[in-house]
Amino acid sequence: MKEMISPSVPATEALGLEAPVIEAKGLNLVFQTADGPVQALKDVNLTINKGDFVSFIGPSGCGKTTFLRCIAALEHATGGSLTVNGMTPDEARMRRAYGYVFQAAGLYPWRTIAGNIKLPLEIMGFSRAEQAERVERVLALVDLAGFGKKYPWQLSGGMQQRASIARALAFDADILLMDEPFGALDEIVRDRLNEELLKLWARTGKTIGFVTHSIPEAVYLSTKIVVMSPRPGRITDVIESPLPRERPLDMRDSREFIEIAHRVREGLRAGHGDEV
Amino acid sequence: MRNLGPILVVLAAIVAIWYLAAVWMNAAWVQDQAARDGRTVSFAELVPQTLSQERPVLPAPHQVAKGLYDGVFGQKVSSKRSLVYHAWVTLSATGLGFIIGSAAGMLLAIGIVFNRAMDLSVMPWAIASQTIPILAIAPMIIVVLNSMGVTGIVPKAIISAYLSFFPVVVGMVKGLRSPDAMQLDLMRTWNAGGMTTFAKLRLPSSMPYLFASLKVGIAASLVGTIVGELPTGAVAGLGSRLLSGSYYGQTVQIWAALFAAGLLAAGLVALIGWIERLTLKRMGLAR
Repeated sequence: MKEMISPSVPATEALGLEAPVIEAKGLNLVFQTADGPVQALKDVNLTINKGDFVSFIGPSGCGKTTFLRCIAALEHATGGSLTVNGMTPDEARMRRAYGYVFQAAGLYPWRTIAGNIKLPLEIMGFSRAEQAERVERVLALVDLAGFGKKYPWQLSGGMQQRASIARALAFDADILLMDEPFGALDEIVRDRLNEELLKLWARTGKTIGFVTHSIPEAVYLSTKIVVMSPRPGRITDVIESPLPRERPLDMRDSREFIEIAHRVREGLRAGHGDEV
Repeated sequence: MRNLGPILVVLAAIVAIWYLAAVWMNAAWVQDQAARDGRTVSFAELVPQTLSQERPVLPAPHQVAKGLYDGVFGQKVSSKRSLVYHAWVTLSATGLGFIIGSAAGMLLAIGIVFNRAMDLSVMPWAIASQTIPILAIAPMIIVVLNSMGVTGIVPKAIISAYLSFFPVVVGMVKGLRSPDAMQLDLMRTWNAGGMTTFAKLRLPSSMPYLFASLKVGIAASLVGTIVGELPTGAVAGLGSRLLSGSYYGQTVQIWAALFAAGLLAAGLVALIGWIERLTLKRMGLAR
């Protein structure tokens, strides 16, 4: 069963024909609440190509998390179309198209780190030998080799979050969706994890969707920055980053970096009207 | 061992208050006897007499201790005067009732969590069942089951189960619902079905809650069994010891049976606590 569902990306890559990994056209989502309907997403159009690192930035209620959840088929749009790997989000989820990282690591306290990373593999029916092999591989990938036998409470917050990234990588999904993964960590740890995430992205070639509140984080990480604004949740600007893929931390003092950050800030201010 | 000091201090205080109360409450009888004989008793004469009566209003601690000791070690275990015999009768019904009650509680909890109709319908009835005084319903259960030919420990176990299923339902429902939205979403991103989510997430999450309610449940089981023994005509069990003691004014016997029940309850709760520690340690939840 699982052999059938290996990612089909290398073939298209070889052809040089890159079908969009994620494509939203006129996407709308209306939540029915007790206070009446709320337009969470309005007319969202976005194309994400293979290997893109796309950040979604905007104030609370702008729909950035909701859009990520739509991609993951955790929410369902009420209008427009959304395809993931050319399929509906539900089909894509069934084919394990993505790994999802939440703001909290959400590791099970009764499982070791290795046990936590095995969890999705158990659910998806990998053999025991393959589970063990994959756990070792992704632990090394997030720089946690040797920590497999520890319990989550024995690790720092940053290490726990790295373990949760390893868990999302374990089953070889080619899309990584991250919802403010470093939002609960302090800035020093956050900087380090940002650097490591870029290295991981360079090594694995994943397509990453990344929700954040932080302008420097968005500019530092992304090839594409999607600026969103609330009421109704919509995209106000899409910035293609001219920064090279190789990004040392001190790049954040460069003129280009500051210019992009400025444009993001302008976009946020424009979208937010007089509320800032 | 660090905790032993405070415990002993509290114990000493309780024993001291108990002795004072025994002297005070039993003094009236001594005074009456003396007045009948036309004597007066001094305080020094009064105190020993209040602490050595055969049927005191409140037996002194050493009298209860002696009653307990005689009941446990002073008789053959098979004797009807042996507290070990009566405790065993009560314990066996408690064990059976606890197994029935906690199994029913867990099954109901699973039903409540997975089925909306059960969620809406079972819980109010479970709560209502606990508002009925067990003393009122226990004789009826015994009578009805007797008329159906069910005798022995089963009717008592049913009453015991009736009291113990409730804390298990409440604790288990809470435990099975303890995973937060994010953890449930995570399961959905892996396309896990309801059964998988139950086995991998909900059930392990519920364990600390389950054990807390099992401790309450087993104590309730014991109470249920003792209450169930009261209307059986006082044949056997700690409940019947309590009842026959009150028939014949044997207050020492009542208190000895009460303490035997208390020690039994403490032992049972400690047993569950031990299983809890083992289980949580194996699960990696104990630190």
